[in-house]
Formats: sequence, structure tokens, C-alpha cells
Amino acid sequence: MKKYTKTHEWVEVIEGNKVKVGISDHAQDQLGDIVYIELPEVGSEFKKGDTLTTIESVKSAEDIYAPVSGKVTAANEELSDHPEIINEDAEGKGWIVEMEMSDPSELNDLMTKEEYEKFLEEEEG
Amino acid sequence: MTIFERSKKGRRAYSFPEYDVPEVDLKIPEHLMRSEKAELPEVYEVDVVRHYTELEAKNYSVDRGFYPLGSCTMKYNPKLNEDMSALFRWLHPYQPEETIQGALKLMYELKEMLMEITGTDDMTLVPSAGAHGELTGMLIIRAYHLDRKDYKRSKVIVPDSAHGTNPASAAMAGFKVVELKSSDEGLVDLKELEKELDETTAAIMLTNPNTLGYFERDILKIAEMAHEAGALLYYDGANLNAIMGRARPGDMGFDVVHLNLHKTFSTPHGMGGPGSGPIGVKEELREFLPVPVVRKDGDRYYLDYDLPKSIGMVRSFYGNFGVLVKAYTYILTMGRDGLKMASDMAVLNANYLKKLLSEFYPIAYDKDGKRACMHEFVADGTKLLKETGVKTLDVAKALLDRGFHAPTVYFPLIVHEALMIEPTETESKETLEAFANALKEIVEEAKKNPQSLKEAPKNTPVRRLDEATASRKPIVKWSRK
Repeated sequence: MKKYTKTHEWVEVIEGNKVKVGISDHAQDQLGDIVYIELPEVGSEFKKGDTLTTIESVKSAEDIYAPVSGKVTAANEELSDHPEIINEDAEGKGWIVEMEMSDPSELNDLMTKEEYEKFLEEEEG
Repeated sequence: MTIFERSKKGRRAYSFPEYDVPEVDLKIPEHLMRSEKAELPEVYEVDVVRHYTELEAKNYSVDRGFYPLGSCTMKYNPKLNEDMSALFRWLHPYQPEETIQGALKLMYELKEMLMEITGTDDMTLVPSAGAHGELTGMLIIRAYHLDRKDYKRSKVIVPDSAHGTNPASAAMAGFKVVELKSSDEGLVDLKELEKELDETTAAIMLTNPNTLGYFERDILKIAEMAHEAGALLYYDGANLNAIMGRARPGDMGFDVVHLNLHKTFSTPHGMGGPGSGPIGVKEELREFLPVPVVRKDGDRYYLDYDLPKSIGMVRSFYGNFGVLVKAYTYILTMGRDGLKMASDMAVLNANYLKKLLSEFYPIAYDKDGKRACMHEFVADGTKLLKETGVKTLDVAKALLDRGFHAPTVYFPLIVHEALMIEPTETESKETLEAFANALKEIVEEAKKNPQSLKEAPKNTPVRRLDEATASRKPIVKWSRK
């Protein structure tokens, strides 16, 4: 089950403390055509809320924040040549990194899909 | 079609008469000779003229029509500026100083006038353009802190409404960038600023009026807070056209003041320059200016390279001199009152256009459409997108079909469907009204037939470009098939 941040990242537990991280479908829609994503180095460590990486679309360049603390164990190399995968399938094939969480309890602070959708409605007012 | 594709073997634009003197062997060493043919285009003179005239006709410029590109100050540039600039075309940068006294005098007097306009104590005219000036300014700030042996100053505060070049220039100069969230009025939030300001803050970079077109009315307080924390205040000159001759960044408390001569002081610009980005500084920073600085000794003008604490040279020679001549001409022909009137009219034009648009297009950070703006304002297409599915991008393309250059889109980033409009002082009431009518027509079309706007532009030399592919797989060089 995916959990979401207010800054529009998603995180999903694969097994144990291992998670996949990406940006929400809403985020990709807001960004428009994505032209570049910098992939974080495998092995680098982040605290929750740190800038994980940056993403560029035809409209703007934005930071992507680490939804949980931990170490990057894999990056979706396919995105280097085909960043448009994020536009096509942000919450599936468009995953950005795999991380090993250092504090799984952080997941409790994040929103469920329903909560995130409600958050989006409120944000758009 | 490129000029290369027009080439036909053997065609010449000009043929030299046959030799009537014996050929001389210059004995050019083999390694200096080219091994492949240059393969320059072979065309008649008329082909060259028609080719470039055709390209010119396809181009859009401020000489052709209204160009309300927000934050770019696309004002009309008097042709006299060009004529004056051409007078200097035979100068060479390696000429001895005593043979270029007139050029140095012009630079010196321009510097003095710009210092008067900005309220600064010294200035470099060397930086080649806006972002280059920004980097120069940030390097001066860095040198200042290091010279005071204040090694903790590692971060620069930049509002979330800033031009993208601000964080980029600060990062290039080695600083960590901290983004400052704007208040719900679209201004610097003093509480947020207080939280970020500390003994590690090197500078705050501000644009005033900011990119939403609003004046930072707390600027004196902001300067006081910055200086109390030991930080410097940097002025992004992109929007100087709003206050030129009326208010001086130096008096507001800015320590480093950046200018875009090519915008505010009238030089044709955009997409490659040449530009000019002088940096004015307060007394305590003058020793860090890049070299050379133009100085006067009695009746003699000279280039001063003797600044031991200078950040060094930031480019070859002395700056884009042609642009300096244009700015000098512009200031002298406008005069003190003319410059004031230019900024007055820039602000009046923006407010008039904003009023026309606010009847049918929401304005960012302005709920009832009554807030006064400075030289530009940001229209917000969020509502239009929600109601019709028509994006700001579609609106911009539809404006091209109606003979206007599009405003700046999707900037500043804090307005999602931003349409940033800066009419400048050189446009007539009729032009502003024609533009407002075109935009109104587009909004009505969006409600009736949104699909037609998705297909815009239809009347331009090329239709909608595939920006995503252009960014993902750019082809930057023509190659022979």
C-alpha cells in the first residue's frame, strides 16, 4: 500500500524495511512533460525531508524530497534515457529509487491514498 | 532551409577580376593549412539577401509588435542608440589608452550616471549580461566576508518568487541556497526571514519590485534585519524599470546592485544578447570589484587594474562596449525627467492593462482586482484550466495566432498557471487594448471550443513545437546529409 507526502512523493513497502519511492500522478501532471531527472547515487543517505533529487520539466525544475529517512539501495536507471516514463506511469514503472528505511515508524506520519486525495482537493480549494 | 541547402556548386556572390599580377607563394607551413575543404555555401548575392530577409520576416521582435514578456522589459529601443554605437565600431580592445580616451570617458560618465540612478558608490561595467552580473555580485559578497575572516557565511537566502538565476548564481559562487516562502500577499515574510537569518547568512537576494510585480514595502526593515545579522543585501536589477529615477536601491539598503542595461537602458535583447550586467556596490565593497575599473585622473581616463583585493577578471577586456554606448545614449537623450517618466508610464501601462484583464482573468495575489502593481503583473490561469481544460500554454500559443508575442509563462513558480505580463512604457493605449481584447477572445473561445486552442498556433511559420523532445533529445547542430 502506498503512502503519500504533502510534497507529492509516494513510498511503498516492498518487503521488510525496503521501500520504493516516486512522485505522485498528480505531481507529474502538474509538472508537465518531464525532460530530466537526476538520479541519486546508490549508497547515499537521506533524512526525511532532505532534497533527494531534482526533476526538470518543460515548465520548471523542482526538488523531490525524501519521504522517509534511509539509504538509497537502487535507482531506476531507465529514467536517465526515458524520463517520460514518469509521465506515463508515475506510480508504477516511474519509480525513482529504492530505499532501506532507517526508521519505519516514519511511515505513520504519511497519508494514505484517500487522505492524499482529500488533501489535494483542499489544496486546490 | 539553411543557407547551406541553398548552395549550388560554382555560384558566387562576388567574383574577383582575373589576376594581372604574378602569383606569390606565401610558404604557409603545412600544419597551418586546412586538410579538408571548407565547403562554404555557394550562392549568388541575391540568394544571401533573400535568405536572411526571409528569416527576418519569420522572426518576431519588438520592432514588429507588442512583446509583453514579463520580467524581460521588451521596450522599444530608439534607433539613435544603434547609430551612436556604430560610431565606435572601429575601436580595437588592444588600442593604447591614450587613443581611446573618448571611449573611456563614455564608460566613466555612464558609470557615474548609473551610480547616481542606483545610489551606489562604485561600479563595474564588465559583466556580459544579467546572470554574469549576478555571479560577479555574489563573488564580491563572498570576497567581502572572507576578507573579514568571517568564514561561517555559507548560505544565501532567496525568495521562492525569485528568478531562477538567483539560486543558480549563489550556488555557482559556492553558497548554499535557502528558499524563503513568500507571504500570502506574495511578499517577503518577515517572520520566515527572521527564522532563516543567522550568523551563517552571507546575503539575501531580492528583486524589488518582485516578480509578481509588487513592491516589497518592508524593504527598509528587511535591510535592517539583514545588516543586523551581518549579511549583505543583493538587488536583482531585472525590475529596475519600475522605479528608475524614482527610488534608488542604494537608499533602500541594498549593498550590491545589479543592472540589466540591455533591458532597462534600451538595447535590443533576448536569446543571446549581447547584454550588459553592471554591478554597483557600496563603499565597503569597492575594493573587491573585478578589474579593470574605469577611473579618472585629472583630464585623463584610465583602466585601473591595481585592486589587490579584487575578485579578478570576470571576462576578457572591458565588457560589451556597444551596449554601454546604447545605455549612455539612452540616458542622455531621456534626461532625468525622461527616465522618471519612463518608469511612471511603465507602471501606469501595467496597471491599465491589469485593470482591463482583471474583468475576465484572475490576477495572482489580488482577490478583488484592485491591488496596484508596479511595472508588471501575473495573471493566473488556474480557474480557466479547471473550467475549460485550456492551459496557460494554450493561451500563450493562441496569442501568437493573434499577432502578439506571448507573455512569460509558468513563472514565477508560486503561481501554477502563471501568465506574467510586462507591457513597458513604450506601448500605446490602443496596443494595450488590442492585447486585452485578444486575450478576452481567447478566454471566450476556451469556453466554447477549447479544442481549437489546443491546436494553436495555426498562423505562425512553425506550428506547436515539441518542447519535450527538443529538451530530451536536442539537436543543436546542423549536419550535412
